[in-house]
Amino acid sequence: MHPASSTRPKIIIMNNNYYNAADLAKFSNIGEFQKEVADKFFDWYGEVFKDSALSAKEKSLIALAVAHAVQCPYCIDAYSSDAYEKGYSEAQMMEAVHVAAAIRGGATLVHGVQMMNKVKEIAM
Amino acid sequence: MNEESKPCNMLSSPMGKWTLKSLKAQHNILANSNEQIAILEHGVDHRDLFSLVPFQQKLDGIGLYPLAPTGIEIFQVNMGKMCNQVCKHCHVDAGPDRDEIMSLETMQLCLDILKNTPVKTVDLTGGAPELNPHFRWFVEEIKKLDKHVIVRCNLTIILANKRFTDLPEFFRSNNVEVVSSLPFYTADRTNRQRGEGVFEDSIKALQMLNAVGYGKEDTGLVLNLVYNPAGAFLPPPQKMLEKEFKSELMKNFGILFNQLFTITNMPINRYLDYLLKSGNYEKYMEKLTAAFNPAAAKGVMCRNTISVGWDGFLFDCDFNQMLDMKVSCKNNVHLKQFNMALLNKREIVVNQHCYGCTAGSGSSCGGTVTD
Repeated sequence: MHPASSTRPKIIIMNNNYYNAADLAKFSNIGEFQKEVADKFFDWYGEVFKDSALSAKEKSLIALAVAHAVQCPYCIDAYSSDAYEKGYSEAQMMEAVHVAAAIRGGATLVHGVQMMNKVKEIAM
Repeated sequence: MNEESKPCNMLSSPMGKWTLKSLKAQHNILANSNEQIAILEHGVDHRDLFSLVPFQQKLDGIGLYPLAPTGIEIFQVNMGKMCNQVCKHCHVDAGPDRDEIMSLETMQLCLDILKNTPVKTVDLTGGAPELNPHFRWFVEEIKKLDKHVIVRCNLTIILANKRFTDLPEFFRSNNVEVVSSLPFYTADRTNRQRGEGVFEDSIKALQMLNAVGYGKEDTGLVLNLVYNPAGAFLPPPQKMLEKEFKSELMKNFGILFNQLFTITNMPINRYLDYLLKSGNYEKYMEKLTAAFNPAAAKGVMCRNTISVGWDGFLFDCDFNQMLDMKVSCKNNVHLKQFNMALLNKREIVVNQHCYGCTAGSGSSCGGTVTD
């Protein structure tokens, strides 16, 4: 070892962003802190996305829509590539996002009934 | 050689507004294969700021280096770089502006060799091999030697000029296996890669091939399709995609075919140009290396193939041919020196582009190389 290297201060680079695109590839590293449940999760994950009663292709499009509903940038990155690779067109993918958006919008609006019920209950 | 010997410049192009030129005609820096190799080895600015594990080292790690042939079974002939299409991903940099085509003398050298070798399959590619004025004569001469002939037909050539419309009948009468690119079963993705109108003409050509019996089970006339990704990504699983292609092409156009081969795009020539211009180069190379599959490495096509260039030089594969990396076999780099025993003992020349053949399920001119 070079004599100077032992005295050089260790520089810790702190990332100042909540999200980093490079972190997606490090997903599997979560096992470093708790291996047992991480292994279980990744096994289960792999099983979930296999061709089965639904095809792997259909599951990819569902994942894309859910990724938008939960607004996970990692998932959007991963499933935009995956769904396109599996052959979905731009229009099909955008329609899937609209489905997610419509469910989210509808979920807010349908509570309007609850609001109406309450107002009708207390109004003269 | 009647009709066939007419000049090739009067083709009705399906591409209309498609005005792409080859890299060579554009005087693009990538037209120099040394530049491409330098980028693959040392990154875009040649300063090793982006570097990958050398492919040789990767092979060494699984006991495959130096890579040895398993025995030449396929004799692949590139009949020339001339093509009626200018596809954005072309690893040959082919196009109407390329005039390098194989001469009759070189074809005769091929025939002399084929006469005396046990090679069973002759794979004809290009460019559009049909644009070579001696194409039909060559196919018939190879068939006389009782070899299986594969023609890599781009489909649109069949509709490019009246003199090609009988190609399906010519293929049928010579029992040629037809392998054709169709990057997708929808027009949009196909045309973005291959040019405006290519999908529509390809569909017509496939229907013409079906009409003479190709792709139909009881005829023995084999029609295989090739998928390659229209973008910076890897192919999906071959079996899954074949099922989809079959059902969609049947449902929408009544088209039948035998097998679908998924092929990974090689980071050379026009696909390399695309990767660099779109900012995808480094990510794509990382994707290829991360997907390195030892089983695919064992099954790479260069182990059972010899590739012949339009000018008679010998290469380990069509990709090495395009990078002008000749076989590493002393005094045996041209058809004139062809020695099967020596070639079967050669070391296959590999470099960073080889990651394209070993990613995922592997990739070859016959599709994936693993189960």
